[in-house]
Amino acid sequence: MKHLLSIGDLTPDSAVDLLDEADRFKAALLGREVRKLPTLRGRTVMTVFFENSTRTRASFEVAGKWMSADVINVSAGTSSVSKGESLRDTAATLHAIGADALIVRHPASGAPRQVARWTAEMAQDGVAPSVINAGDGMHEHPTQALLDALTLRDRLGGIEGRRVGIVGDILHSRVARSNALLLTMLGADVVLIAPPTLMPLGADGWGVTVAHDLDSELPGLDAVMMLRVQAERMRGGFFPSPREYSIRYGLSETRRRMLPEHAVILHPGPMLRGMEIGYSVADSPQAAPLQQVANGVHVRMAVLFRLLVGGQVDA
Amino acid sequence: MTTVLITGTRPYGEGDPVDVLIDDGVITRIVPTVAGGRDAGGPDSAASAADEVIEAAGTVLLPGFVDMHTHLREPGREDAETVRSGSAAAARGGYTAVFAMANTEPVADTAVVTDHVYAQGQAVGLVDVHPVGAVTKGLAGAELAEMGVMAASSAAVRLFSDDGHCVADPLIMRRALEYARGLDVLIAQHAEEPRLTEGAVAHEGPTAARLGLAGWPRAAEESIVIRDALLARDAGARVHICHASTAGTVELIRWAKDQGIAITAEVTPHHLMLDDARLESYDGIFRVNPPLREESDTRALRAALADGVVDCVATDHAPHAAQDKCCEFSQARPGMLGLETALGVVAQTMVAPGLIDWRGVADVMSVRPAQITGLPDHGRPIEVGETANLTVVDPDSAWTVRGAELASIADNTPYEDLTLPARVRATLLRGRVTCVDGKVRAR
Ligand SMILES: [Zn+2]
Repeated sequence: MKHLLSIGDLTPDSAVDLLDEADRFKAALLGREVRKLPTLRGRTVMTVFFENSTRTRASFEVAGKWMSADVINVSAGTSSVSKGESLRDTAATLHAIGADALIVRHPASGAPRQVARWTAEMAQDGVAPSVINAGDGMHEHPTQALLDALTLRDRLGGIEGRRVGIVGDILHSRVARSNALLLTMLGADVVLIAPPTLMPLGADGWGVTVAHDLDSELPGLDAVMMLRVQAERMRGGFFPSPREYSIRYGLSETRRRMLPEHAVILHPGPMLRGMEIGYSVADSPQAAPLQQVANGVHVRMAVLFRLLVGGQVDA
Repeated sequence: MTTVLITGTRPYGEGDPVDVLIDDGVITRIVPTVAGGRDAGGPDSAASAADEVIEAAGTVLLPGFVDMHTHLREPGREDAETVRSGSAAAARGGYTAVFAMANTEPVADTAVVTDHVYAQGQAVGLVDVHPVGAVTKGLAGAELAEMGVMAASSAAVRLFSDDGHCVADPLIMRRALEYARGLDVLIAQHAEEPRLTEGAVAHEGPTAARLGLAGWPRAAEESIVIRDALLARDAGARVHICHASTAGTVELIRWAKDQGIAITAEVTPHHLMLDDARLESYDGIFRVNPPLREESDTRALRAALADGVVDCVATDHAPHAAQDKCCEFSQARPGMLGLETALGVVAQTMVAPGLIDWRGVADVMSVRPAQITGLPDHGRPIEVGETANLTVVDPDSAWTVRGAELASIADNTPYEDLTLPARVRATLLRGRVTCVDGKVRAR
């Protein structure tokens, strides 16, 4: 596997292998005072974020540093979107600098795939960086899906045959796309729950169930994944008001009690408490936001390791 | 006075080979080709005196193509195309007349701009360049442009369009149609309800949903098509639908024609050939407005062109500088080159599967667009006494498209590395050879 641009780059076996690898990194670091493995010594990893995300960038940065990689953060800001420097020029510069891996977040869907293609074209010696999609537009966020899967596996003991509800703004959510792909690949039943205005056209062809009523789904779920509703969507006519959204799709304390006791509550963060998720729900023992964050580092270690050192994973 | 002889060609690909003699811009003789060639003692002695002979055995002779929908980018974006480079592309593509869209910088919403474009076309002389006038000032959709002044100018503007933008306000569109009727000119509509396509970059469907690209629904086109058909009916005016792209649009046009509404429509070569599966690469080359639809739409469009519901092929030739295409998909400017590849694409999608024959190609690429736009000496029958606006097509000359080798300044072709089955051998504008074997002959 050269790049991780989409969950579609993985097979069920390679996905499970990444989760297992993440578990091995977790075990290797357990109880250590100095969390430093020599795994990626001499390797250079660049995070290239055209869009802000403190938590994802920090998670990749820590993952690289715990494996002794040289991690460089490139702040691309939002300038390239305004066509100051083109994305291709940025890719050329990064390629010339010579990183082993580029971790790319970009507001445009497909941008990491383009960076991967362009840097491959530029590589006269055939040595091009591995590109990891750290979230692109409304497309995908594969490492988020992997960390969610790892968290579900920890909490539920397995993913196959489990029923997972993904709730909220599916249409604009790269997290939802990657999770729907990965969880179905791993044998889960996925149900997407949102008003029709926030449901992508053709989602019923993704091998998932499409539903619009949260209450009727809750008792049958082993896990519920709440999505972030972005503020700019609230005025776009996707739903009548934040209040109504909260009433129909917010995970209130009442709704939490409708879930089976073993059910896990996930949220990619940052959480909009009160609207998407009740204050107490977010802190309930069923909620796993901090475990998600911790797993994020181990998953990203596994991905970097597999891409840069190789191993059994194949695309 | 120049004479040109085309030998061994078959008009419309029908019948036995003939020699066609063109004298001072007019077809003066069409005689059967003598086996062994005219030097073997053929009866036509006038032929052997021709200034130029185009040996064209195995070719198909068609009336010169007419493109109702070309973007030449001059004035304003001469880094992407000029009247000169676009005319060269047109000549190489077999065109003898093109309509240059009004969305230039400045917009062609006054006779100053349309006359400039017209004069440039005349000066280059490779193809008749007919400027399209804007329907509304600045393409802003709010106030009618001075259509009458443009119609009366030296460019004699016949076709008006805000292409690139839709005349979305129903009242303005109604007035434009009524006003156009009084001038006996045609309004061509870029059918796109803007509220339904805010932020849209790709066809709304499973592919866009999977790739995370904001969707352009079919209804955005179809709602304007049916609205404009009804407005044209009420106004007693003609309306032309640019680049029809959906199966639903086809059915609405069929209905409107059945009602006796004066509606015509074009389809682009790329909407006949390409579907949204191409977006997988996120290559901005494939971004176009309206977007590449699904395979079911391309099939419906081919059938509609074959049965005449869609009247003609128009290229929507839209050159763009490299930096406007080689970027994020959602940032890429919509549009594709079309002039030089149109014939090959039509041959591949329509002729090869037997949907139309070469006479059909003449109809959809020359006769119908010339009729719709009212060009008196284009799209004419290949007969003695007719103006020699002609295209010689080699139906068996497969060629591989290379953007860098095209005459356009830009190279944003969606067919890079694709092999097309047929190619233009020569183009004649009023008897003057403007292009032969890919070589353009400036005056
Ligand atoms: Zn248009």
